[in-house]
Amino acid sequence: MTVTSMRSGTRSGRRPAHGAPPARWRSRKAQGWLYAAPTAVIVGVLFLAPLVLVVWMSLNRWPLLGPARFNAPGNYLRIADNALFVDAVSFTLKYTAITTVLLSAVALGLALLVQERGPGIGFFRTAFFLPGAVGFAAAGLLFYGMLNNDFGPIDPMLQALGITSEPVKWIGTPDMALFSTIALVLWRFAGFNMLILLTGLQAIPVEVYEAARSDGAGRRQIFTKITLPLLRPTLALMLILSVTGSLLAFDQFFVFTNGGPDNSTVSMVMVIYRAAFFRFDLGGAAAMSVVLLVALVGLNTLMMRRLR
Amino acid sequence: MRRRLAGISLLGVLTLTAAACGSGGGSQPADGPVTITMWTRAATQAQSERLVKAYNSSHKNQVKLTVIPTDNYQPRIAAAAGAKQLPDVFAADVIFVPNYTSQGLFMDVTDRIAALPYKDALAPSHMKLGTLDGRQYTLPHTLDLSVWFWNKDLYTKAGLDPEKGPTTLKEFAEHATTIQDKLGKYGEVHGTFFGGNCGGCYVFTFWPSVWAAGGQVMNPEGTTSLNDQPAMTEVFKIYRELYENKVTGPTTKEEQGPTWTGFFPKGEIGVMPMPSTMLGLMPEDMKIGVTAIAGPDGGESTFVGGDSIGVSATSEHADAAWEFLSWTVSDEAQVEIMAKNKDVVARTDLAGNTYSAEDPHVELINSLVARGQTPYALRFGQTFNDPQGPWLRLAREAVFGDASKIPQLNAEITKSLQQ
Repeated sequence: MTVTSMRSGTRSGRRPAHGAPPARWRSRKAQGWLYAAPTAVIVGVLFLAPLVLVVWMSLNRWPLLGPARFNAPGNYLRIADNALFVDAVSFTLKYTAITTVLLSAVALGLALLVQERGPGIGFFRTAFFLPGAVGFAAAGLLFYGMLNNDFGPIDPMLQALGITSEPVKWIGTPDMALFSTIALVLWRFAGFNMLILLTGLQAIPVEVYEAARSDGAGRRQIFTKITLPLLRPTLALMLILSVTGSLLAFDQFFVFTNGGPDNSTVSMVMVIYRAAFFRFDLGGAAAMSVVLLVALVGLNTLMMRRLR
Repeated sequence: MRRRLAGISLLGVLTLTAAACGSGGGSQPADGPVTITMWTRAATQAQSERLVKAYNSSHKNQVKLTVIPTDNYQPRIAAAAGAKQLPDVFAADVIFVPNYTSQGLFMDVTDRIAALPYKDALAPSHMKLGTLDGRQYTLPHTLDLSVWFWNKDLYTKAGLDPEKGPTTLKEFAEHATTIQDKLGKYGEVHGTFFGGNCGGCYVFTFWPSVWAAGGQVMNPEGTTSLNDQPAMTEVFKIYRELYENKVTGPTTKEEQGPTWTGFFPKGEIGVMPMPSTMLGLMPEDMKIGVTAIAGPDGGESTFVGGDSIGVSATSEHADAAWEFLSWTVSDEAQVEIMAKNKDVVARTDLAGNTYSAEDPHVELINSLVARGQTPYALRFGQTFNDPQGPWLRLAREAVFGDASKIPQLNAEITKSLQQ
């Protein structure tokens, strides 16, 4: 059928078999290029050009002012000697694993809670999503203030309720700093991820649930045999967004913990930022960025294949 | 219709291209008044604003000041330098200046400085750090010295002599402990406080005690750390005991820097090291004493901090920029703007001026400029100020953790200094 259509299209004169294309076709082709041009310019200027520049920087010793000097593969070889970056890789992976699992569970729970239409559901959907409208840096400062041992309201509240007997060192120990940051991320992103899952849940036809119920399936069976399998593409999207976002974590640690205590919450992007803007090692920072980019592309390709 | 759409698209692309390639309209007429751009960090915003306001009201050329959050200042300078978009003049924390000059960010102003009649009276520490290979690049902009502040009311309540501040670090610890014991029962008053998770705070407040004892923290070239030497470890030990005996405020260990000076003006701290610029920010009814920082057994010194300022290497208005910079260190600006507002003057020949004579605290701080030190190191920021740098780890282990790690961490500091 397809072959016939294509042939008939050719016969109808869309593109002649011999000789130069007619003026009308040439005009359509030019129009196509023109329509694509604004986007192509934006992609070229804002994505491709910086990408090429970063790769080129990673192959050079790149001072703030003055000419660059080619030193490949020196910047890449130095990465293995950077103990801070090596530690940051393992910390970021640990943070990504914990955050992704918790975020998925909380977002799915919230989505299931507000899935059905009913009185007050709109309020809860809005309430759960609202933290997503707060900027990440602002959210970091908010948590810093809320959990501050000197003037934050959380400690006095917990003590008044008898839950704790003395101020909790929310960002004073490595474990507490990590989990306080994860709490911040859950608060900030659970609602947004809930929204993504909600669209997936609402795309599942009601008839499928009705058929399952009439066949005698219980709530648990419906969830494991229908909801989860049909939600798989949406879950995959959420996982990819969560893993990518977590591996690129910066604001939450930069603002909230500043990498402390004792460098226990330093993410990979923080090390790159430090190399570029505190050590002025632009070539080294570019090399680490390229490594991170390649790892991200590889990981996302793998995840898309597995979750498809 | 399609042709019209295509035409609109093409126009859009051309407009974008034209906008991207535009000159930005920054050019000035050759002989008219010039507006130069200036950047400063928020920490010295008040002083910069006062200077710029006075200059703009009395000169044909104008200065457009941009204040950038202190924590974000160094990255902004780096990004602007990389894009060759530095302002005409910019101030910088004096300890970062050697790195900036080595990166070629400042214009060489050696000959212009040599023409100043008071060139030998410019703050020596600031001038030393603005010199590279015998060439000079910066002028002192603001001076901020570390000194001990004590709360006279709390001293009286604790039975201490309110007119007699500590003269040794050991005495400082005794005073702080007495205040904690006598007044700290309800957690509203604490003996002392310091920024326990802030590298810059440690160097600013602890190192003067080392210098006062005759020790050093680095070699003169700034390439070898001496922070494992007895002069430094003795200071760490005294502060460690204060922490272990709960004489320090409860958040001392976590204090990252932004709020470390906030507790003393509220009357919550007995005695602590702080920047001299806090003098003008104290409540009017608060009775305070100020003295130089001492070593464990005596002596006195201070960390001469603050900002230096220079013409950026990419400025197209070097003459106008220098006219402003040289005016900021003139008698008029230093006395009528800086000294009048209780700021430390940038010239030693103006230390005893009409305004400082009115306040013995200011007179004392001015007199410390020539006696204090500003350590020199090309890699200072990444080693000592950066929260991920090796110094903060050493200081925290020495004060709160495993002090036996000091030699190993000191070697990491040296490695960072030599990168």
